[in-house]
Amino acid sequence: MPRKQIAKFSVPHVQILAPDGTADAKLDPGLPADTLLAMYRWMRLARALDERMLKLQRQGRLGTFPPNAGQEAISIPAAMLMRDGDWFVGAFRELGGRLVRGEPLTAVLDYYNGWEEGNVLPDKELRILPTSVVIGCQIEHAAGLAYAAQYKESGEVALAFIGDGGTSEGGFHEGLNLAGVWRAPLVTIIQNNQWAISIPRSQQTASETLAQKGIAYGMPVVQIDGNDPLAVWVAVGEAIERARRGEGPTLIEAVTYRLMMHTTADDPKKYRTEDEEKRAWELEPLLRTRKYLENKEIWDQDREQALLDEVKARVDAAVAEFETPKERPLDAPFDHVYGTAHPNIEAQRREFLAGLEGGGARG
Amino acid sequence: MAKLNMVQAINLALAQEMANDDSVLVMGQDVGVDGGVFRATDGLLERFGQKRVLDTPLAESGIVGSGVGMALAGLKPVCEMQFSGFSYMMMGQFEAHVTRLRARTLGQLNLPMVIRMPYGGGVRALEHHSESREVMYAHQPGARVVIPSGPRNARALLLAAIRDPDPVLFMEPKHSYRAFREEVPEQEETLPIGKAHVVQEGTDLTLISWGAMMRPALKAAARIEKQRGASIEIIDLLTIAPMDHETIAASVAKTGRCVVVQEAPRSFGPSSEITAVINDRAFLYLEAPVKRLTGYDVVTPYFGREKSYLPGVDKVAQGIAETLDF
Repeated sequence: MPRKQIAKFSVPHVQILAPDGTADAKLDPGLPADTLLAMYRWMRLARALDERMLKLQRQGRLGTFPPNAGQEAISIPAAMLMRDGDWFVGAFRELGGRLVRGEPLTAVLDYYNGWEEGNVLPDKELRILPTSVVIGCQIEHAAGLAYAAQYKESGEVALAFIGDGGTSEGGFHEGLNLAGVWRAPLVTIIQNNQWAISIPRSQQTASETLAQKGIAYGMPVVQIDGNDPLAVWVAVGEAIERARRGEGPTLIEAVTYRLMMHTTADDPKKYRTEDEEKRAWELEPLLRTRKYLENKEIWDQDREQALLDEVKARVDAAVAEFETPKERPLDAPFDHVYGTAHPNIEAQRREFLAGLEGGGARG
Repeated sequence: MAKLNMVQAINLALAQEMANDDSVLVMGQDVGVDGGVFRATDGLLERFGQKRVLDTPLAESGIVGSGVGMALAGLKPVCEMQFSGFSYMMMGQFEAHVTRLRARTLGQLNLPMVIRMPYGGGVRALEHHSESREVMYAHQPGARVVIPSGPRNARALLLAAIRDPDPVLFMEPKHSYRAFREEVPEQEETLPIGKAHVVQEGTDLTLISWGAMMRPALKAAARIEKQRGASIEIIDLLTIAPMDHETIAASVAKTGRCVVVQEAPRSFGPSSEITAVINDRAFLYLEAPVKRLTGYDVVTPYFGREKSYLPGVDKVAQGIAETLDF
């Protein structure tokens, strides 16, 4: 019997908004002005908070955190497409999306300043999972959340994020495989920012694209320009609708660039060139989004300045609230080991409290 | 009341709670059509359908990780690890999420889920199928590790575990799966997680064990009682973590002597923890050093040598006698 081809695959790529701010007329989803402006406002807010957090960290007023600059066009449009009841399953570079879904700025600051209070949402029904510092696990959680939505026939979807480095982890593969087998309503977005700390994309995998990894699990895939909020809007929107219709999961690779360091604890100069960073800054998403809005004549310098003032005020207010001293019992971790008090833990709590300098139990 | 073996008792608990509560589902490798490699989930697929009895791909981390997601969304998954020897693939999920989601959200999120797994030696199994590694899980803060010793307490503890709002790791001694039968009432009963069971009261020595080691422990105690007229208090630990310090300390304060029988390797095991608890809570009552009768700190031998490595009745009886004579 002659050899024959039994399967053939392809990976589409979508870019709608070019770096110069011009949109492909055929593909432009034609979003209403208020949606576009809201999106840009979220991007500016996320960028402003990110920049402030870096300053705070350098001043010793915040712990280590992973800057988000350059990746705002991915999680923000995606989160704007979500509905109440959907699950937002982040990795750790989805600041904008978290804010869109309702996470307070102060929670972000608390979390990165070493307080579990930052993981406590105003309402758990916001359905934003805590940051997943251990990479890859969250895709398995998302597969289970999506299965539960299917089980309850709720029409809810799970939206999960992972980085390019995360696609080498077992959890990514097991999670996608389960979602594929279950045809679960899961949309997974890879933020391919080219760098996993110091490991470049080329050393992460020999695969030509990251999107193609989803083909192996039987789901539609697409690679998009992750600095293009319109491409994100269209690709994630289609994926969410497919999931809601019961047509299963999707894997999206959003190609972007980590403009800053992995976290404030590392120095990119050690492993990449400034020239590479400079070129990446020319492609960053806020710049092109602003040009697009200006081309549509719904934006100008005055409005830009007003927005910058507005987001600065919001960040100022959040930082002020975050830095206001709070009554936070130091023994809170003893409250939540188990759902109910346990004598062994209570005995250790007494030992802890008795041993505190000056007997104080405040943060 | 029917006489059931442990596998049947576990099956009864699963079936009863699935009938009671639509949010309970079971998932794992071969749990559906095959009814589980030990038949613990036999008949559940026919009764409850494939939506609630999930035959999963081979993915221990994925089973537990997706179980976390299901539990967050209000379901109550009972995840089966086919053998404990394969469960370490899910240790990342267990350590990073299962045991700590409640703490890291200061109680806002909880995970009503159960992870079941057969463990332990004595059934002449292939390698990686005979280990006793309860301490690997018990060492995680927030972990609750339950080990039944017989059909009746297996059913009662599993029902309690499924109904609990927090995760429970449920380790089933596979040597006891079909070793004996007990009367198990059809009517539902539960046992409290975290509470040891005083199987028999006594005044001369406290004998502590759990899981499959309860059988040789009970036989050895009966032999010594008959031979010497000693009065032995026997404690079935039932929950490894969090450990029931009260019951252990109260018993040793009464008897002044203690022997612990453990299948797992000696170092850093539950018997070491029990010894430390006695040191903390009952030191001044001791008439003899606490004796640990345990497995050895060697890689679990293949089954050709297995029998000689597991603590048996003679060894336990000798340990009790030595401790009484000290």
